[in-house]
Amino acid sequence: MDTATATKTVSLKINGTGVQVPEGTSILEAAKKAQVKIPVLCTHADLLPSGSCGLCIVKIKGMAKQVRACATAVAENMEVITHDPELYETRRTVLELILSNHPDDCLRCQRNNNCELQRLAAEFGIRESRFAKKLKNLPKDTSTTSLILDPQKCILCGRCVSVCQNMQNVWALEFIGRGYDMRIAPAGDIKLNDSPCIKCGQCSAHCPVGAIVEKDEVEKVWEGLRDPEKYPVVQMAPAVRVAFAEGFGHPSGEIVTKKMYSLFRRLGFKAVFDTNFSADLTIMEEGSEFVDKLLNRPHELPLITSCCPAWVDYLEKFYHDMINYFSTAKSPQEMLGSLAKTYYAEKMGIPLDKVFSVSVMPCTAKKYEIGRCAEMFSSGCQDVDVVLTTRELVRMAKASGIDFEALPEEESDSILGEYTGAGTIFGATGGVMEAAIRSAYFLVTKEELGDIEVKAVRGLKGVKEAEIDIKGTKVRVAVAHGIANVKAVLDKVRAARDNGTETPWHFIEVMACYGGCIAGGGQPYGVNDEVRKQRLEGMYKDDILQPKRCSHHNTEVQHVYKEFLGHPGSHKAHDLLHTHYTKRELYTK
Amino acid sequence: MPMTRTIFISDNDPVLHDALVTALRDRNLQETTRVRKTSIFGLSTYSSLMKVFPENVMFANFAASDIADMVDSDFAPNKFSYKDETLPFVGTGPVPFYHKQYRIVLRNCGVINPESIEDYIGRQGYKALAKILSSMSQEQVIEEMKASGLRGRGGAGFPTWMKWNFSRQVEAAEKCIVCNADEGDPGAYMDRAVLEGDPHSVLEGMAIAGFAAGAQRGYVYCRAEYPLAIERVERAISDAEKAGLLGDNILGTGFSFHIELRLGAGAFVCGEETALIASIEGNRGMPRPRPPFPAVKGLWGMPTVINNVETLANVPYIFLKGGAHYAKIGTEKSKGTKVFALTGKVKHSGLVEVPMGTTLREIVYDVGGGILKNRKIKAVQTGGPSGGVIAEQYLDTPISYESLSELGSIMGSGGMIVMDETDCVVDISKFYLQFTVDESCGKCSPCRIGGVQLLSLLNKISRGEGENEDIAKLKQISKAMQVASLCGLGQTSSNPVVSTLRYFADEYAAHVDHKKCPAGKCRALIKFMIDPEKCRGCGLCARRCPVKCITGESKKPHVIDQSQCIKCGECFSACKFKSVTRD
Repeated sequence: MDTATATKTVSLKINGTGVQVPEGTSILEAAKKAQVKIPVLCTHADLLPSGSCGLCIVKIKGMAKQVRACATAVAENMEVITHDPELYETRRTVLELILSNHPDDCLRCQRNNNCELQRLAAEFGIRESRFAKKLKNLPKDTSTTSLILDPQKCILCGRCVSVCQNMQNVWALEFIGRGYDMRIAPAGDIKLNDSPCIKCGQCSAHCPVGAIVEKDEVEKVWEGLRDPEKYPVVQMAPAVRVAFAEGFGHPSGEIVTKKMYSLFRRLGFKAVFDTNFSADLTIMEEGSEFVDKLLNRPHELPLITSCCPAWVDYLEKFYHDMINYFSTAKSPQEMLGSLAKTYYAEKMGIPLDKVFSVSVMPCTAKKYEIGRCAEMFSSGCQDVDVVLTTRELVRMAKASGIDFEALPEEESDSILGEYTGAGTIFGATGGVMEAAIRSAYFLVTKEELGDIEVKAVRGLKGVKEAEIDIKGTKVRVAVAHGIANVKAVLDKVRAARDNGTETPWHFIEVMACYGGCIAGGGQPYGVNDEVRKQRLEGMYKDDILQPKRCSHHNTEVQHVYKEFLGHPGSHKAHDLLHTHYTKRELYTK
Repeated sequence: MPMTRTIFISDNDPVLHDALVTALRDRNLQETTRVRKTSIFGLSTYSSLMKVFPENVMFANFAASDIADMVDSDFAPNKFSYKDETLPFVGTGPVPFYHKQYRIVLRNCGVINPESIEDYIGRQGYKALAKILSSMSQEQVIEEMKASGLRGRGGAGFPTWMKWNFSRQVEAAEKCIVCNADEGDPGAYMDRAVLEGDPHSVLEGMAIAGFAAGAQRGYVYCRAEYPLAIERVERAISDAEKAGLLGDNILGTGFSFHIELRLGAGAFVCGEETALIASIEGNRGMPRPRPPFPAVKGLWGMPTVINNVETLANVPYIFLKGGAHYAKIGTEKSKGTKVFALTGKVKHSGLVEVPMGTTLREIVYDVGGGILKNRKIKAVQTGGPSGGVIAEQYLDTPISYESLSELGSIMGSGGMIVMDETDCVVDISKFYLQFTVDESCGKCSPCRIGGVQLLSLLNKISRGEGENEDIAKLKQISKAMQVASLCGLGQTSSNPVVSTLRYFADEYAAHVDHKKCPAGKCRALIKFMIDPEKCRGCGLCARRCPVKCITGESKKPHVIDQSQCIKCGECFSACKFKSVTRD
């Protein structure tokens, strides 16, 4: 996370090499400056160090005890030894102890070839199990539609607990029991689905091993693709295009939209849509909703975005007294799902129950969203049939034998496929807000915004604020991402409501994951702020690359309104593109 | 009528107290005899204890029904008073159990009624605090502590003045003092004795620490399994507040110090400072990496001094007598006294407080009266599950933080278990490991998994399935746990294994190489047989055998069915003709 920037510089020696780092830097980070990687399994750049794995021990000259590099800050003139035979021996023993407590079924593990523990075992050249194998026979928690918890594979690094409690403020996961019997589970040892879990999947994105993984539904998609009766269609979320290539060793932020379109066709999809299209559609619906409230019913403001299903779940559980502020517009995924089985199916003359609708999302909560409430069946059957995370699609692509590197670039289908720059930045924190502002300005004034880039709402700061002048009307907006940052915003809104004072903001965007969907719980592993920045850069680059950068300029969106929906907020739009929210209990057991 | 006699009676059984009061009243002696309840006398071999003044006669092991006779005889020495070797004293003469003791921490235990603040004040209680508040600066207090040389009695021996000073030097709006009363070592009850027997001394120590460090708040973190201690501390806090000795504007000096009690749920790891803080804060009791040290950033982010009960009980004494006086007691680097919970194969078990520098042999033989059944001593275990076993040949080492550490053990909080030749080192290691495995919080992998792996290796060895490489594995895992565990619990929990491997490598070898347990403890490695030459066929062993695996005709040699034998040893101890052998 972005921490307070230190100003003072500290000089120290790491294995004899002099390095200079800002005050407060950990030895673990400082070592990277001396080209040294200290092994670690528990610490993550997003989290406070917990010191649980015991691998990052180093020696400091003048200190009797060895310390943890992750949790020890550098000091002036410190002399650190990170590697010597004794440290190697201890680390190796600790690693062997961890392995003695971890199943050996790597070949059948979802994290095979992508596991931090497996990689360390390979690097240390572990060839035998010298300590007695001790496995806990604990059942998997498969209660949610999004995530699988396998306590047997858990190495108790504590990252998921820290993510869930500190980054996400959800407190679904906790350590249960103690000592050798300790394990992770929701407090009270209930199932995840009965807990406050919002399915954001950040636990799975931070898990170093295969203990928390997305529910793998690749096989379901293969089944649909194989079925000659089915008409498979696919959509891809904005954030997927800047992270997918990481699965093939490419750098973060590389935009591979057009290669992915051709990948989808080769996998057997008959229609290739883009969620960016429906992001533009969302702006038309949600933007109109906002403009209506701003001009006609300002007392009903703020309007809060509802594209993020983890955020929707959080609000329904933790802030249900604010449901009235929530935009009724469905998420882009659901809007496209609905149109694919109504508008598109009718247009193409395909019975709607033959349409097999798959979406590729950076998100595990999207798997939950498709069955969230009755409106997710607005077409007459489930609007989206299967959700794959980016990680699952990478595996599917590899299994299909398609040479991703050599794939040609193709276009999406011309119906439900066009998108603008505003649609693509939905994948970034602040992106929905920025897209909404671009169009809201037009909707209110019938004039185009001069500088369409709203820089104040971009970037990794936890809460961002801006004031937009729409021809004399001051619109105050706030953007929060990472659920822990939401409290500061919503508590103020609630206080203003309760005190009868003016709302601090008119429009609020929330994304459950820190950085937005680009760092969603279903994205390729290894996220940190550096990766977030590169993926964000990719999003904004894709924005600039588009000939149209405002949602209201999307001709296909306009076409759908003209041919099918009528106008934003129409009766038909309400039937197909809007939803409602209900209070949910934190604990259902 | 003037009071002519005072009787202190232990408070663990109210029936005894009531019987005594009734007996005195029946004889119309209630006007001349004062009966006071008191707490631990130190000697815990006996269930009932009573001390009569001015005669200074101690009675032990009496029942309520014996009290009338004792009153009628005017408390003349009788079968319940100390007289023979196992009952160490009578009258006012030298008392072996107390002879070598030097009571600072336990100065009031068994002497005052712990529920009476007047009793404490009568023994110069709160005088040190009054003196400090009226005439000393924070720096002077810390200087005095430095002069005393007092080091933390919780186990690690960190200089107390330094902790106070670290906290004093941190600028913060609020600071606090925590009294660590989460005593958890098996068999240890030093802190409980002080809290039950003299709670005000701890509170006074906390207030002094608060003044020195600049703290306004104090917490006593006590395990919930100590209900009497909790009751007494609560009462003491309330009494001291009423007397103006705690709370706002103490003694009109402008210094305010509030103490609250917090209960722990009994997790051993919560004795570790950072886990203790987490527990008070309402979080799961797990340690966190240090730095930051609690003295800089502790409870709710406040600079926090955490001192153990015994450490704090020393503090008022230091200021009453002066740091220089205190520093005269003990060794060069380890000053003052230490309270030990002496137990195991020793004749008189109990709480003993001796000056640092006393030898282990003096404690075992002079204070403890030697080994039970006059067996041969094998070793002394100090420091509880974090400590180590010290072999007999080192018993003449004067006790200090340094000497115990050199011997591979630690001072710890004061557990001291005496072992004789019938104790097996593998078995001892198993006992302690089982304890730390049960008490590990589970946070860090070296402790969580290392402990379990060590225990399973020890079990394997004691089952007679040990292999040569197992000894190397024991050492390897122990080392990794010492170096890479997150907190003191994990870093020291392999000490029992390491120290026994150091002194008793032969005994491990006997288990591994020869599948023998020399002490006869490991059941899988022993075999009971009946020598047909010696057996008279009396049948006693067969009758005692709980699994009925001994058969034989009357007056003819009996036989043990080895396939059924559970190796309990009943036949071995029952046989009057020594015909049952143990191999």
